[in-house]
Amino acid sequence: MVPAAHSTHRRRFAFTAGDAVKQGVLIVASFIALVPTLYMIATALKSDAEYAVDKLGLPDAPVLENFRAVLIDSPFALWMLNSFILVAGSVLVSIVVSCLAAYAIARMEFRGRDTLLALSTSLMAVPPIVMIVPLFVLYTQLDLISTYQGAIIIYAGLITPFSVYLLTTFFRTVPNELFEAARIDGAGDFLILWQIVLPLSLPALLTLVVVNSLYVWNDLLIAIIFLQEDAKRTLMAGISVFQGRYNNQVPLTMAGMVIASAPMFILYIAFQKHFIRGLMAGAIK
Amino acid sequence: MTNSLSIRLKPYLYVLPLVALLAFVFGYPLLRIFEFSFKLVRGVDGPWIGLRNYELILSQSLFWESVLHNIQLLLAIPAMVVISLLISILLFERIAGWRLYRVIVFVPFVLAIPIIAVVMKRMFQFSGPVNEVLRWASLDFLALDWIGSSDVALWTVMILIVWRESALGIILFLARLLSLDEAVLEAGRLDGANWWQRVWHIILPQMRGVIEFYVVVSVITMLASVFAYVYVMGGGRGGPGTATMVVEFYIFNALIRTSLPGIASAASVLLFLVSVLLIFPMFRARRRAREEEA
Repeated sequence: MVPAAHSTHRRRFAFTAGDAVKQGVLIVASFIALVPTLYMIATALKSDAEYAVDKLGLPDAPVLENFRAVLIDSPFALWMLNSFILVAGSVLVSIVVSCLAAYAIARMEFRGRDTLLALSTSLMAVPPIVMIVPLFVLYTQLDLISTYQGAIIIYAGLITPFSVYLLTTFFRTVPNELFEAARIDGAGDFLILWQIVLPLSLPALLTLVVVNSLYVWNDLLIAIIFLQEDAKRTLMAGISVFQGRYNNQVPLTMAGMVIASAPMFILYIAFQKHFIRGLMAGAIK
Repeated sequence: MTNSLSIRLKPYLYVLPLVALLAFVFGYPLLRIFEFSFKLVRGVDGPWIGLRNYELILSQSLFWESVLHNIQLLLAIPAMVVISLLISILLFERIAGWRLYRVIVFVPFVLAIPIIAVVMKRMFQFSGPVNEVLRWASLDFLALDWIGSSDVALWTVMILIVWRESALGIILFLARLLSLDEAVLEAGRLDGANWWQRVWHIILPQMRGVIEFYVVVSVITMLASVFAYVYVMGGGRGGPGTATMVVEFYIFNALIRTSLPGIASAASVLLFLVSVLLIFPMFRARRRAREEEA
């Protein structure tokens, strides 16, 4: 009773000054966070002529021509498909590898276990650029430049240390009794992993899928070095090339950016909860 | 006998794919950059040449300029910390509408760096919308050639970096704040502590670990993970001139443009050694951040 009265009193009292300032700060921050997106969308809907005279306002007569031009006259759809293949491939490989390893690390006794986990975890801090040179030389030798499988292995490797770390932490929280019970029923380790641990770990797995997909989808460095052939370009590598080519056609470029950011944006709005949880878990890495 | 052997081997079977993958993607390259850095590599291999690659790099002004640019980017970190702290604390106080604000302020981190770099580059063009607003507000002296002037270009990259990486800070700090002991905060409130006092004496001391962690992670980012920002903003050349050249780009150029893997490896070794130095404070900070939470 007393705390409630206190808190309503406080709220009414503070709103006049403090809360108004706080709202103001958050509104300004939200505006700054959104301004590039708003500019991108508004500009994409303008004609070149309109953009020349009005760079800031909303489009007077929205045109869709820019979107048509991007989708039809440039290989955007192909780039997106390439990105999608890489995301699907590398996230799948990484999840399988890290589930097996995390299960062993969390649930089995073996020599070198702690060293392996420490080593794997410390690799998260090694910047990807450091690994590029020998892999590039090797891939040239093996004819793996501009192949999906080549890039998928590199991406899978880069995202796996975090996956192992997260899954190990998660698997350790699964109660021991579940394992004992399954073992008495005669289930082997693989069955336990598949039928008990994984279903229980769905939230953690979903988080991993979100964080890792975002990483692979958004990457530029690996894409630009290891997928040089035009037919294998990813979306990010593609737009980095594309934007230079149409330097003066800003609305066209922005239409391309709207299309390029749409998949992650739609996923973000649709799966807010998982994204936010995923980003928070990913941030702690 | 065979049974006990298979039980002893089983864990290794489970971790084998992991070991193989990490050995290929991290182990092999990390060994080879050291080897390559002492060789004159043409194509796939070449003769040993001692320290010549290192001598060449360290005597090149372009390399030092790149290093300096990476160091200049570190100046973005204090701004990122302050912005992230302010926003995350306000969100944590569950100001009316905080859920919506949270969705919005995370947006920069969802947008891919190349996309946002392309958009910002158009916004900051000399005749672009940013300068138009500045002129309209009679701040003509601020209407700089953000992209085209070599004095300003790196600062423009920094604006972009602060804009995006602050979102990571907000995410990280908010995760920490949500695990704070509410009872202590409430006690502070009942004691009549004002907002600044509560933030300064109650919230911030409990966030030391996570702030430290964010700073170390950001230092690694500024020194070794800004390729995507610079590639697009600098027009694929670290331009204008060499104004946005960074060490990663130096390695990229040596490998792809001039085909000198030995030089690229020597620079990679130097960058790797710096990141190794940073791994220890990072682990310490993370351990402390986790202890705080426990």
